[in-house]
Amino acid sequence: MSAAAQSRAAGAVGGSLALNLMRLRTFIALLAVVLFFSFAAPNFLSAANLVLMSKHVGLNAFLAIGMTFVIITGGIDLSVGSIVGLCGMVAGGLILHGIDLQFGYTLFFNIPEIVLITLALGVVIGLLNGLLITRLNVAPFIATLGTLYVARGAALLLSDGATFPNLEGNPAFGTTGYAFIGAGTILHLPVSIWILVVVALLAAYIARSTPLGRHIFAVGGNERAAALSGIRVNRVKMFVYMFSGFCAAIVGLIISSELMAAHPATGETFELNAIAAAVLGGTSMSGGRGTIGGTIIGAFVIGILSDGLVMMGVSSFWQMVIKGVVIIAAVVVDQAQRKLQQRVALQQMAQLA
Amino acid sequence: MNQARASAAGRPVVLRLEGVSKVYFGTIAVKHADFEVRSGAVNVLVGENGAGKSTLVKMIAGVEQPTAGRILLDGKPARFKDAADAMAHGIGMVFQELNLFGNLSVAENIFANREIMRRGRIDHAEQERQAGALLDRLQTAVDPRAKVEDLMIGQRQLVEIAKAVARNARILIMDEPTSALSAPEVEILFRVIADLKSKGVAIVYISHRLEELIRIGDFITVLRDGRVTGNQPMTDVDVHWIVRQMIGSDAKDFATPGDHAFGGEALHADDVCLPRITGGYAVDHVSLTVRAGEIVGVYGLMGAGRSEFLECVMGRHPLASGRIFIEGKPVRERDVGGRIARGLALIPEDRQRDGLVSILSVAENLTMASLRKLTRGFHIQARAEAEAVRRQIKALSIKVADPSLPVSSLSGGNQQKVVIGKALLTSPKVLLMDEPSRGIDIGAKADVFRIMRSLAAQGLGIVFVTSDLDEVLALSNRIAVMSRGRLTALLDRADATEAKIVAASSIGHGPGGTSEQRELLP
Repeated sequence: MSAAAQSRAAGAVGGSLALNLMRLRTFIALLAVVLFFSFAAPNFLSAANLVLMSKHVGLNAFLAIGMTFVIITGGIDLSVGSIVGLCGMVAGGLILHGIDLQFGYTLFFNIPEIVLITLALGVVIGLLNGLLITRLNVAPFIATLGTLYVARGAALLLSDGATFPNLEGNPAFGTTGYAFIGAGTILHLPVSIWILVVVALLAAYIARSTPLGRHIFAVGGNERAAALSGIRVNRVKMFVYMFSGFCAAIVGLIISSELMAAHPATGETFELNAIAAAVLGGTSMSGGRGTIGGTIIGAFVIGILSDGLVMMGVSSFWQMVIKGVVIIAAVVVDQAQRKLQQRVALQQMAQLA
Repeated sequence: MNQARASAAGRPVVLRLEGVSKVYFGTIAVKHADFEVRSGAVNVLVGENGAGKSTLVKMIAGVEQPTAGRILLDGKPARFKDAADAMAHGIGMVFQELNLFGNLSVAENIFANREIMRRGRIDHAEQERQAGALLDRLQTAVDPRAKVEDLMIGQRQLVEIAKAVARNARILIMDEPTSALSAPEVEILFRVIADLKSKGVAIVYISHRLEELIRIGDFITVLRDGRVTGNQPMTDVDVHWIVRQMIGSDAKDFATPGDHAFGGEALHADDVCLPRITGGYAVDHVSLTVRAGEIVGVYGLMGAGRSEFLECVMGRHPLASGRIFIEGKPVRERDVGGRIARGLALIPEDRQRDGLVSILSVAENLTMASLRKLTRGFHIQARAEAEAVRRQIKALSIKVADPSLPVSSLSGGNQQKVVIGKALLTSPKVLLMDEPSRGIDIGAKADVFRIMRSLAAQGLGIVFVTSDLDEVLALSNRIAVMSRGRLTALLDRADATEAKIVAASSIGHGPGGTSEQRELLP
């Protein structure tokens, strides 16, 4: 073997090692923040703190899971934060006031019914997004920007901007026990974490093993080719926005249940955190690429970063700066990885030629 | 004329490509090509579709960078990082796909990015004056203040040429400059070329029209599948030599026709119409019947409505009218998915754009259209899928190390086989193939033809569209010829001759040839 061939082989090994490191970057970033804060922040690794943190992370993770599907199809959903607020308000309003039927009667629902109604509302707003995007050809950014305002406005209108406090409910109407969603535990783990596990597994299953999941990737990778393969592109898009709305409704329920109060401004800028988590987890904004696992790790990196910084007493202004830098760094590394990958592949092909 | 050429033969080489290669994802467009450009001469570059001509000149113009090899300008190695860099070295290009700003005026286009400034502002009057002078030289009556989007296509081409001439390029590349020009405009262009030549400009000229090349060329270089197969002064060659170099002796392996009887009617398309947005019909009342086991070739020039016809049958155009029958039963499904379920499948013309999801794997692309069959409940049966993928890879001899590799890592021919495999997995009764051999190398072409034969022998009805006369004559049982959206001839293979097909394909086109007839090769 000549020296040149040897050095080329070494170069290839070096290239693939760098590639592997880059592929695992989100995981490495997660390890790095965990290690850093276990030394820098006291009590960081205590069980109580870990549970608390995963509850925080969970809220963002729900939205990020829905967002991942949307972004894989090449779209974006800016309305999720507002859906969180609106759904919390609807659930709170139904518990406290029911529906006034105008002729002296008020209709109350029990908690399971309220949960179903709230989830359905999230799905319906997603459906609206989907219809705007597929039937009326509105760009996803604009369509969901519109519903962002509409949903936030509706949330404020429900109470004239006031908070619905004390969602204890009334035993007579079967509206007690709302706190279970946000504060209850099963096997020492918060209910909200269990819900996250279920939703994440469901999403990962859809992405991996169902025709629907395959279609989501195909639509994002090449919409024309997907349509010509008989994939009903519009239905796939409708699904991702409805699923995103569904995830947002879950978050609305959990937050209002945790606080036992519904505030109409809840969820502002949550959509940005969700997008950041998805991108940090390797989802490509140009569509076709992304994993649920990556997104959840991304959500953990962002969540742990902000909680850890709070515990260290870093000012919230600095927190924003750091978060922004991390997101930009993630995308820069992503681009570098793709370039490296392309170069390695092209070199291989040129050698074959 | 001959004397002028003899003197051209002694011209100095200004630009030389040495062992240049260009690799794209999935295809090798140019392989170890050598090419010389001589000043004061017309250097002709010729080859079939997808032979790599455009890629080669794009590397000269700095639009693309070579993957390997080097470019020598005046004997010194040069590297153009982009078109502006090449321009700075005196290399200009008239692009095949026009690079003009429709919303700007002719003068603004000609001086785009090198505006004439006066006191910090653009001197529109001076630009228009100079542009007018240039256009006069090109003998066109185009107003320099007219917006480009208001011009006819031929006029736009002349503006593009004026733009390149205005930069006083030493080397001027013209990629099919006559494709949109009328006969008198072509004469004007040739006069301009002669004028530039006498001023010592080196011209690189690409065209499909062989008569044209023989008339104005001084040197000819022939490309086939990315390789240079011939390089001669034009005085030493004739049309036969060019065609031989372009197609090659080992070129067409059409596989022997099967000797099987046809079955019943597989597909009947009745009175298919597709209105054009600009008025008239893209597909004009076309009816066609295909029997099981039969291969029907649809021949026509570009823009004859062949692809649109296949797309109408496939249900891709909601505005299309007409009725489709499969095995005698009417097809009521109006969308692509429904028609796939009824047994239709389309191999699109542009596999990158319409056929493949390039970031997904070979396996995922193969099963994309047939996932329902591999699914129980909501669950894709991984084992059944792997088995289906393995079967197609074997049946079509797709060369891939691992089906989980991205489909973009395959060569063009293997990508085409993946598209075919995807269609076959839907178990179609009728296969619609749009230019199935375009842009793939000769070995893969022969494979594709063999696959078509064996599918027909298995009882599939095949409709394929091609612009290649040899192909349509060798592969078809029957030949349909389209022109301007209409079906102008339907010939049995036994009765078909080149002359009949060519005549039918130009019905409705005026004498003197149109832009679309550049597709016509001997």
